[in-house]
Amino acid sequence: MTRELVLSIYVVILAVFTGYEVISRVPSILHTPLMSATNAIHGIVLLGAMLVLGAADTPVLHVLGFIAVVLGAANVFGGFVVTDRMLEMFKKKPEARK
Amino acid sequence: MILDTRASIIAVAYIVAAVLLIFGLRKLSSPATARNGNLLAAAGVFLALAITLLDRSIVSYWELALGIVIGGGIGIVAARKVQMTAMPQMVGLLNGLGGGTAALVSLSEYLRLSMAATVRGGEAVSVVLGTAIGSVSFTGSIVAFAKLQELLSSKPFQFPLQRAVNALLLVVILTLGATMVVGGDTATTPWIVFAVALALGALLVLPIGGGDMPVVIATLNALTGIAAAFTGLVLHNQILVVAGILVGASGTLLTLLMGKAMNRSLGNVFFGGFGATAAVAVGAPVAVAKTVRQTSAEDTAIALAYARKVVIVPGYGLAVAEGQHAVRELAQELEKRGVDVKFAIHPVAGRMPGHMNVLLAEANIPYDELVEMDQINGDFDSTDVVLVVGANDVVNPAARDDPASPIYGMPILDVDKARNVIVLKRSMGAGFAGIDNALFYRDRTRMLFGDAKKSLTSLVEALKAV
Repeated sequence: MTRELVLSIYVVILAVFTGYEVISRVPSILHTPLMSATNAIHGIVLLGAMLVLGAADTPVLHVLGFIAVVLGAANVFGGFVVTDRMLEMFKKKPEARK
Repeated sequence: MILDTRASIIAVAYIVAAVLLIFGLRKLSSPATARNGNLLAAAGVFLALAITLLDRSIVSYWELALGIVIGGGIGIVAARKVQMTAMPQMVGLLNGLGGGTAALVSLSEYLRLSMAATVRGGEAVSVVLGTAIGSVSFTGSIVAFAKLQELLSSKPFQFPLQRAVNALLLVVILTLGATMVVGGDTATTPWIVFAVALALGALLVLPIGGGDMPVVIATLNALTGIAAAFTGLVLHNQILVVAGILVGASGTLLTLLMGKAMNRSLGNVFFGGFGATAAVAVGAPVAVAKTVRQTSAEDTAIALAYARKVVIVPGYGLAVAEGQHAVRELAQELEKRGVDVKFAIHPVAGRMPGHMNVLLAEANIPYDELVEMDQINGDFDSTDVVLVVGANDVVNPAARDDPASPIYGMPILDVDKARNVIVLKRSMGAGFAGIDNALFYRDRTRMLFGDAKKSLTSLVEALKAV
């Protein structure tokens, strides 16, 4: 077991509790946008695809890396844009109607 | 281990990104701050992505730029064009892409590492799990997308020995994975794991009925987060681990909340083959034995105009007919006459929890007029007219009263307790879950057949004439 692995395990455990805690009081009207937003957040895996493609030195890695970058970019850009479109529409009752 | 200047800058930026993500998620939990929350989370992700370009291992930039422009372009255009009604399948599809990315990254990293040295232990475990989970999420999400988009039948697809086959595939993945961890694998082993996991993802989701797709997508969303975290472990990249696990944890919680709203346990969703027997067992005899009472737009308008309290129950059928604006007009017209109008929102109205809120928000119906199920259920006794627009399973009293019904136990809106129920419906077809609805045959229920938008528009006109 390496020191780095131990630290990673700490990171994982703390992140589990944080992830659980921060959204534990979300009202059901926000379930869809929240799912969409977390969906965009895991698009950060594009970062891994960038590292793979940027350092690729065989044809196979170039192909796999390129596909990964395209898929990841679609996930992260599409995810945040679509979530913003949804949330843009959540408005309170306008004052004029009260 | 001391980091050089460039690595330190990257590390600090990643920490900032992690903090932005956590604050973003926090703000996403309240309607008033949710939009800012999404922007904060996006800022965190894009900061991490941008700073990664400084990484020394990246040597070729033009390919990266090309890939990001193509993928990002497709993503942005699709996200701008997609209809709000199609949101569940959009989220499903995007989730699949993320899963595919995680699988490909894990696989590539293994291929690269194994060229230089043998990969064993923790790294190999992460590679196997990242590849397998990412692949399952990829094909699973694509199948979920195809079912919601109705490219595939939304009915459960079952074949003999299905579970045995799935279990066998899982055993193959675990066995081959174990050989990769302890040694004894060949050059083709990771590719076989990749291929088998792809098959498993599709086979797991195929037997699940369309009604359960939201829970499936929520689960796959959490899985993609976990796969991303494993790629982070392989790449020794902390922000990937943190972001992936945050999504994995919050996604799991969200999945449980959704399951609770539908009264479906995860095991039941994934192994129940929901809806396969329902249409045959319940649907056929009831439809023959009973009759429904029809009504007209004029009669409905009169009933509404002289009511004191009206509750509108919108369902997915309303969204399909694009009747959200018409229903807002109807509500405004009634409010002008002093009628108390509320919208009753079932947690899983639409195709996904909270979906109906998004659709009504799109039509400028303020979110404080939307009442959640638990708050409104006690009010139905004193409600004069309930207008059910394109909703079906969420108002089916069988879920409350009939232990034989496949949806028995799902919490419903108790609309049958109201004095009058008027159901706007296209035809007598069964709901998304494929189950007949006893509500339609009750004495106090009247049916107004037709396209929801047209019916609503004629209701508004009739109401103006009253």
